Amino acid sequence: MWKLLWKILKTGTLTESPVRTQEETGRGPFRHSASIRHVDAGSCNGCELELWALENPVTSLSSRGFSFVASPRHADILLVTGPVSCHMKEALETTHQAMPAPKRVLAVGDCAISGGVFRGSYATHDGLSSILPPDVSVPGCPPPPEAIAEGVLRAFGSPPPPS
Amino acid sequence: MEADSSPFFSPETGFDRLHGGIPHTVLVTESPDRYLAQARLLSNDGARLLTLWSDSLPAIRAAILLREGLVLLSLSLPKDAASFPSLSSVFPTAVRFERTIHDLFGLIPDGLTDLRPWIDHGLWSHPPLSPSPFPPKRLAQEEDYPFVRVRGEGVHEIPVGPVHAGIIEPGHFRFSVVGEKVLRLETRMGYTHKGIARLFRGRSLPEAARLASRISGDSAVASSLAFSKAIEEALDIEISEGVRFVRALLLERERVANHLADLGALGNDAGLAVALSLYHPLREAMHRINLSLFGHRLLFDSVVPGGVSTGLSEAMIETLLRENERLQAEVTLLERIYADHGGLQDRFQNTGILSPETAGRLGIGGVAGRASGQGWDLRIDHREDPVHRFAPALALDHVGDVASRVRIRFFEIFESLRLTHALLTSFPGPDICATIPDPPAPREGTGLVEGFRGEVLGWVRILPGKILGEAHIADGSSLLWHALEASVPGNLVADFPLINKSFNPSYSASDL
Ligand code: SF4
Repeated sequence: MWKLLWKILKTGTLTESPVRTQEETGRGPFRHSASIRHVDAGSCNGCELELWALENPVTSLSSRGFSFVASPRHADILLVTGPVSCHMKEALETTHQAMPAPKRVLAVGDCAISGGVFRGSYATHDGLSSILPPDVSVPGCPPPPEAIAEGVLRAFGSPPPPS
Repeated sequence: MEADSSPFFSPETGFDRLHGGIPHTVLVTESPDRYLAQARLLSNDGARLLTLWSDSLPAIRAAILLREGLVLLSLSLPKDAASFPSLSSVFPTAVRFERTIHDLFGLIPDGLTDLRPWIDHGLWSHPPLSPSPFPPKRLAQEEDYPFVRVRGEGVHEIPVGPVHAGIIEPGHFRFSVVGEKVLRLETRMGYTHKGIARLFRGRSLPEAARLASRISGDSAVASSLAFSKAIEEALDIEISEGVRFVRALLLERERVANHLADLGALGNDAGLAVALSLYHPLREAMHRINLSLFGHRLLFDSVVPGGVSTGLSEAMIETLLRENERLQAEVTLLERIYADHGGLQDRFQNTGILSPETAGRLGIGGVAGRASGQGWDLRIDHREDPVHRFAPALALDHVGDVASRVRIRFFEIFESLRLTHALLTSFPGPDICATIPDPPAPREGTGLVEGFRGEVLGWVRILPGKILGEAHIADGSSLLWHALEASVPGNLVADFPLINKSFNPSYSASDL
């Protein structure tokens, strides 16, 4: 137990300040909190590894006011990875329907944007655009955590979709 | 014609191929009886079934691993074949592979009683990979997937997934429980099926290599290495010593990074939330070094057919040696913290036991197998250069609970760090990539690699013009669902995430 406490004390704060502050992106600082529901729509799990990295103390997305939640009923942002496999389409749409409005859809990774390396398969929809057009897209295979964090900020700041 | 049903290979007669240091042989037959007899003989010799698939020739192929080497058993079928013999009576894990073949090709596994769809979720009008324009008649499908029901007083079912509570891949778990206790777990996968087999067909080599790197993001190095080795065997390409060193190094880096993440997640799932904050920064630091030295945080596309995408310079070796030293010190401390933490050990011990007997019967290898007394490790069993020069040690445990799988991971991290150090300090210099020749006729090849989960198999058929005819890549994930189903009953529902994490199968690699 002492070793653990000693290690915690010695480690200190690892969190880095964001590479680009919100001011630089042209918006005021984010002073609220928002909840994210992640759905893996058939990814290779590379994007998930970078989502995990968002939660590590170095990127620490939660210290910027964002948290991943289990229930879509609590979520403001639907974060989607993977090319939208045909077998995940229904679960993805159901999750989106279960979220309260206003809500945003964030496509993370080349797959979610356009199918990536899996484009053209009989088993996928080549990304979100024909299923749930994303409000914000973060390209990359997988995108680095900092880019995803910025995408999350943009998703929250983007104008609501016309209803 | 009277079909010859005698097996035609035994390990004593010898393996005829040795590419990349792992002996193997390819057995082709047209006789279903011989196919079965051969599989039975190998199984009696203690062989394990790694994967089983069909290509569009059509031919059924079983990758069977013996202590001495790999046997690729191939049954050629006539073009209008409607069925093939099931190996389920020989290898219990053949069932889902054969159900997958049934779903994708419409071929019926003779002798298999469980013909429920596996990869097919009822969206296809005909089997998507069926070569014939008039696909064989499909067996009737039920609307809802018929899970096996457990009956009795107080038994109820908990359906979980495909969308789970955390950041995790999609799949469905059906628990039959009494109170808090799990009586039975049945998995239902296929949600991440991306049609990889079809996607490989007709791709140029570089494009196919990119796809191979993305079969399972956490095993990018192992998958691309298995794929590249298969190409290199097919085309008979010699790999330089320098390239072999860099590849071995990348493979160990992937192992360490994944084991660190798993250990952190296991601590977190067992209630020690600070574990994530202790382990994940170490992994993050590795990712950053990967990016600056090898061009990708997760090492995607770092191994390519014929070579590696980045060589090693003096300066890089220095950076990696410094990192090695740091990791050694940090993980030593973290291991002691885990070992001393009574609450944590209490959650780990006796949870999710996979008995050595069951692990042997299912043919489980890799981390999960070694935690349950199955001493298989390609790096140790075969004299593969350059790793064998440094005498890798086998991690082995016999309890088979979560605590065993944690111990195995720690052991392997230290061993990988030692190997990495040895590889770096004896790096022989220039790593020259080989050029890829254009085959005049179709060629086939196989590659086998010890990835962080276990064996990863790559198989290819390459066509003139350096176009991929067909490919199959499999890690042990499909087998791990069987291991998970065997070890969860008797545990509390609440322990399931912990047990699942301790096996850590890749949904993407098993759905393909
Ligand atoms: S974008 Fe890349 S890392 Fe993400 S799921 Fe697709 S292939 Fe994997």
